[in-house]
Amino acid sequence: MKFGKYLISLLAAVAVICPLSTTAVAEDGLYIPMFTYRTGPFAPGGSKIANGLTAYFEMISKRDGGIEGQKIIWEECEFGYKTDRGVECYERLKGKGSLISNPFSTGLTYKLIPKAPVDKIPILSMGYGMSGAADGRWFPWVFNFPTSYWSQASAFIRYVGTEMGGMDNLKGKKIGLIFLESGYGREPIKLFETLGERFGYEFKHWAIPAKQMADQRSQWRKIVRWNPDYMFMWGWGVMNPTAVSRAGEFGYPMDRFIGVWWSGDELDTKPAGIKAKGYRAGTFHAPGAFAEVHKDILKFTYDNDMALAKEHNYGDVLWSRGVFNAMLIAEGLRNAILEFGSNITGEEMRWGLEHIDMTDERLEELGATGFGRPFKVTCSDHEGNGPVLFQEWDGEKWVIVSDWVEPMREIVRPMLEEAAATEAAKWNYTMRDDCT
Amino acid sequence: MDFLYSVTADPVLQIVEDPVFFLQIILEGLMAGVMYSLVALGFCLIYKASGVFNFAQGVMMVLAVMCMVTVYDAGFGILLALLVAMVFMVGLSFAIERVVLRPMVNQPQIILFMATIGLAFFLEGFGEFIFGGSSQKIVPTEALHIGRDALLIPMFGSEIRLQQLDLTAGVCAALLVATLALFFQKTTVGRALRAVADDHQAALSVGIPLRSMWVIVWSVAGLVALVTGIMWGASSSVDFSLVLIAMKAFPVLILGGFTSVPGVIVGGLIIGVGEKVAELYWGDALGGSIEEWFAYVLALVFLMFRPQGLFGEKIIERV
Repeated sequence: MKFGKYLISLLAAVAVICPLSTTAVAEDGLYIPMFTYRTGPFAPGGSKIANGLTAYFEMISKRDGGIEGQKIIWEECEFGYKTDRGVECYERLKGKGSLISNPFSTGLTYKLIPKAPVDKIPILSMGYGMSGAADGRWFPWVFNFPTSYWSQASAFIRYVGTEMGGMDNLKGKKIGLIFLESGYGREPIKLFETLGERFGYEFKHWAIPAKQMADQRSQWRKIVRWNPDYMFMWGWGVMNPTAVSRAGEFGYPMDRFIGVWWSGDELDTKPAGIKAKGYRAGTFHAPGAFAEVHKDILKFTYDNDMALAKEHNYGDVLWSRGVFNAMLIAEGLRNAILEFGSNITGEEMRWGLEHIDMTDERLEELGATGFGRPFKVTCSDHEGNGPVLFQEWDGEKWVIVSDWVEPMREIVRPMLEEAAATEAAKWNYTMRDDCT
Repeated sequence: MDFLYSVTADPVLQIVEDPVFFLQIILEGLMAGVMYSLVALGFCLIYKASGVFNFAQGVMMVLAVMCMVTVYDAGFGILLALLVAMVFMVGLSFAIERVVLRPMVNQPQIILFMATIGLAFFLEGFGEFIFGGSSQKIVPTEALHIGRDALLIPMFGSEIRLQQLDLTAGVCAALLVATLALFFQKTTVGRALRAVADDHQAALSVGIPLRSMWVIVWSVAGLVALVTGIMWGASSSVDFSLVLIAMKAFPVLILGGFTSVPGVIVGGLIIGVGEKVAELYWGDALGGSIEEWFAYVLALVFLMFRPQGLFGEKIIERV
């Protein structure tokens, strides 16, 4: 009996110590921790993104042997979209030589921002996170290219203004926002309010708490009663399909309902099916799998097995986003290696990200012509001022229905700089003086 | 002063000015209430018959509907899919009784409650392992003959809008309650279940097979979970975020009483109407999204004055 207890204790000790010991060991190569959520309430979307990320890394590993001869080592850490678990993932994996943090959660991004300069690991919050981080002078370790939430929101206003026949026609109109009650959901409110004062439209917003995601009756009743000219959505998870369904059920015109890029996947429209026809969403890359890079993924990652590829969400919007994200990480890594040689550090990776210049030629070299739009990251501009594309659900699939819409940089940039200075003051940051 | 106006006179004026809209809110509240009642029904059944507050009821709901949709998506008919889901829930009940409940016989209720918390975590992980946490499932509403259109009823120059899905949920809830009431009041098994709930040991001493009773009641709660999951899943999609809906059952149970099936229905309707009316007429004045906490505050007030709920049994313990 006693021996049995000792044996159990021994096994328990081994079980605890073994995983800890592995964190200290890192293979030679470019180590990329991946904070993923394949479980929990947001798993359907999180899995697609994770599949896209791994698909790209696997493809360049097989096709090119890595990046500039360096092996890529990526490791998933499941955090269930829970910020505390995400921080635990970060702390556990940073000892392996993390070259970047790619949180895919605004809540987690905010938690990692103060850690980045200490651990010297840059953060890429691609199109999400803290908008103010676009000002690289205050936040040298955080990147949100190709476009921040505020730039996206300003592109939304430009898009609907153009649709109404000109920005002057926004005067007296009503624009609403329905959002997931969270830091992410609240992020664009300030921008919409500021633009409302400028262009003369009335703005109202409705929060959806997590427990109300699958209900939303009250919010949609209020929305329909107010009868806005356009409704925007900053949603995620089951909030999205419910909102699209409720909009239809409550009689709100679908062609006046536009979601942010987190609200524009097949997951969000398929449950409502044909009734979601006309619903639109913003995005900063084209939907679908049509570019050379997608073909290479099909060939090298999935061995041309389309059934296998489809099983891994090949071509779905969020899968494409994962691919796009991985492509930009690889570009940062490539820049750093070409500048500093092998065995790059987090600080050198930051330099690599800061020197991304995604021109038409570079997109073509990457096999991504038409997949994304050119943008350039600089020392002071960490968002790259990327434009936004609009896609529409035709009842079966997403189709592009707009040209690239430029954000209102003349309005947004001063706001970003002001927000960055305010946020930076909270952490006693000083402004970089090496940005020209 | 503005605040006082917006929480006192303004809501009343709004109701008087647009009574059709008020009626619309009441009806929507009733519909939402039925949906809450369906969730609470599963909790109530298990508590009524075994004295266990089953924290895992929300996960059971998701597992049931996921099983049904998975079988249907695999190309089998809807009837077979429903049958397989029912068998799955009965099998799950057997397993829970054997692994979780049996070793806990005669333990204090708090121990059983803690066990169901552990069960909830296990079942969520188990469900993600079996059905895949990443996949989104869509309830086949057409195959189940659940309408997704709105019914428009003209009224005083305006119109009332009702959803077919909500009406279907109402009919299902009514059928379930009627069946369960008959089951508990008129059948031998139902009476035995009530005896088990009162006292495990006493029930055993008069020859009631405790284990079988637990399996039966957990199976029935599993079937209720399947209906609930279908109704909730039909309005959006089926994934593990639906587990959060179980939180809505707590105030319903406190209000209606943990042991009363009709109480659960009435509690659900009160919560549904209360929170919708509060959100629509007082929500903006109180900062918005008040329905997130309104139900809990209402339940708290009820706890102060009637802790056993509207229809719950008053607990008298002699010392």
